[in-house]
Amino acid sequence: MGTLIIRHGTVIDPARGLEAHRDLLIKDGRIAAIEEKIEAEGAEVFDASGLVIAPGFIDLHVHFREPGFEYKETIETGARAAVAGGFTSVCCMPNTQPVNDNSSVTNFIVERGRAAGLANVYPVGAITHGSKGEQLAEIGEMKAAGIVAISDDGRAVCDAGIMRRAMEYARDFDLPVADHCEDCCLSPGWDMHEGEYSALLGLKGLSGAAEDLQVARDIQLAEVTGARVHIAHISTARSIAFVREAKRRGLAVTCEVTPHHFTLTDAEVYRRGYDTNTKMAPPLRPQSDLEAVIEGLRDGTIDAIATDHAPHHANEKMLEFDRAPNGIVGLETAIPLALDRLVHRGVVTLRRLVELLATNPARIFKLDRGILEVGAAADVTVIDPGRVVKVDASQFQSRSRNTPFDGWELKGAAAATVVGGRLVWPPPLKEHG
Amino acid sequence: MPLNRKDLLGTAELSAEEVNLILDTAETFRDVNRRRIKKVPTLRGKTIINLFFEASTRTRTSFEIAAKRLSADAINISASTSSVVKGETLVDTALNLQAMAPDAIVIRHSSSGAPHRIARIVSAAVINAGDGAHEHPTQALLDALTIRQRKGRLAGLKVAIVGDILHSRVARSNAHLLSKLGAHVHLAGPRTLLPLGFERQVAPAEGSVTFAESINDAIGGADVVMMLRIQLERQSGGFFPSLREYSIHYGLNRRRLALAKDDAIVLHPGPVNRGVEIDSDVADGASSLILDQVNNGVAVRMAILYLLAGGE
Repeated sequence: MGTLIIRHGTVIDPARGLEAHRDLLIKDGRIAAIEEKIEAEGAEVFDASGLVIAPGFIDLHVHFREPGFEYKETIETGARAAVAGGFTSVCCMPNTQPVNDNSSVTNFIVERGRAAGLANVYPVGAITHGSKGEQLAEIGEMKAAGIVAISDDGRAVCDAGIMRRAMEYARDFDLPVADHCEDCCLSPGWDMHEGEYSALLGLKGLSGAAEDLQVARDIQLAEVTGARVHIAHISTARSIAFVREAKRRGLAVTCEVTPHHFTLTDAEVYRRGYDTNTKMAPPLRPQSDLEAVIEGLRDGTIDAIATDHAPHHANEKMLEFDRAPNGIVGLETAIPLALDRLVHRGVVTLRRLVELLATNPARIFKLDRGILEVGAAADVTVIDPGRVVKVDASQFQSRSRNTPFDGWELKGAAAATVVGGRLVWPPPLKEHG
Repeated sequence: MPLNRKDLLGTAELSAEEVNLILDTAETFRDVNRRRIKKVPTLRGKTIINLFFEASTRTRTSFEIAAKRLSADAINISASTSSVVKGETLVDTALNLQAMAPDAIVIRHSSSGAPHRIARIVSAAVINAGDGAHEHPTQALLDALTIRQRKGRLAGLKVAIVGDILHSRVARSNAHLLSKLGAHVHLAGPRTLLPLGFERQVAPAEGSVTFAESINDAIGGADVVMMLRIQLERQSGGFFPSLREYSIHYGLNRRRLALAKDDAIVLHPGPVNRGVEIDSDVADGASSLILDQVNNGVAVRMAILYLLAGGE
């Protein structure tokens, strides 16, 4: 493997408290030097003048649909979308077909990720067999095969007793529980957030209380069991308040938020006249919840930004609103949205953004990444905070195009993605054909 | 003068002027319906497709009669006989119909927003004949026409709409439309069936929309009492304990109707569950205009078809 120098940029690495002009020397997939000025004969050079050099961004929450739904996304197309969007690592939720609830599926995902050779692909294993919420999956075997967390994402674990056992068992294997919070009894089928817009549109509403109840329940269970609980895609003011309080009590509770929940509200479903790209789980929430999300990002209650990248085929999103599947793609719009909505509007600093996208995700799932130091894996995301981009879904690397952000002009973008010392995005010119 | 819009998807987006134009036009078509030969050549050569994904007798028949009295060619498609059961998507169905160049597509669908999706991709006028729990604009228009005929106006009237507001497209369309014309709409029913927050999204210039504290509050002093059909499946859905209890606490009987003004009128969009949401002696009583509503339905639908598919 060759040598790469990224020079003239500003290195921001919260893990080391570093924010300074530095050159980065990468050799054999590892970081070889971080110094003010590095010269190396024959090295490939990436000029990062005016750009920010950060530890590679990690998305704790993606759906790559393979095995089972390859028409929506494969591990390869998903990984390509990841690096195109500036992510060097992704954690794949287990709701494939078959569900990733045993080590053979885990092995398959790891193998496909390796074969794609783009982003680091980490599998998340199911909590329960088939994610049915009844019987624990073979968590120990999946851990041996490479899972970094357990989750029944897409569904909630309804039974508090089973969730308690899952948390206890996860501790034996030092795995966090990534928690999809939606009280089953309060959510028997829904189309959007329950509020004035669901009332206006005649769509079935999901009360924010459904999320709040399970967040409260599982924080209590985290206290009982001592487990690490990571609340996935948090979206309500009350849930965020619960997490804030749990942290104050010293519990191992963390949470993530999606870019769409800090950007859009449930009014969007109305404004866009039942556009199915405004349908996702959790649903878009009202302005008051969005403001609480912003405050949670500002005060540190929210630990990470994760995309919940959920590709669906155009044919499926073409259906009636109540019949269309939940979810939108997010990998190729996350960084522009985060820079535009959070950094440029003064919600968070660039340094805090890197924490949200690299430092903290690595810590939460205990990944050996998220830091720029000599000897570390050379995963680097170079961002251009000033570049104005226009989102063009037709140019996505993802196999799916289901985004509500098509055509949006946003300030800030990923400029280059280095995974394991290799500049994987932008691709070498020959690939452009 | 035709309406300056391609489709009729809901009453929320109609202006008061548009509503009055539709009602005035409907009045002229009522005359046609009273003639010995109930047919005018207004829409000769026009093709109107009634695309019904949900069972309906009254509305479908009403639209069909309206089209035929205007001399249009009306084609009825119901979901049970269409390719929908073969797995064709709504969008494909719409595009295929569009390829046959109809002038208007009347659509009823169990999914809120389905007509909106179709309206965006076809050039024919799309008329919403009821979409999920969202809107049923021609029903609200015929209700407004019925009230206007009896009361001479809508401005300042107190209108109680009682029943399953949550799942009712009739309630939503009426709340938008009647308040736009200056009526004060009071919504009431079991609290389990009230879509709270709805009133914040309706901001009429003159009238108002509020949720009443109780059904008696809503009916008290009302000029118009509109009862909604209660679906049997709401009981198994846990929204209320039993039809028996529903009829006692939320049904309209003579005693409860006495709370309204002496000259109050009673409306119901049908089909009526006699003895559940409304007692037979009220449904058949002097205050009831239920059959006038049906009669006006044809005139209103003729007006809509004429204004959207007619013209030059």
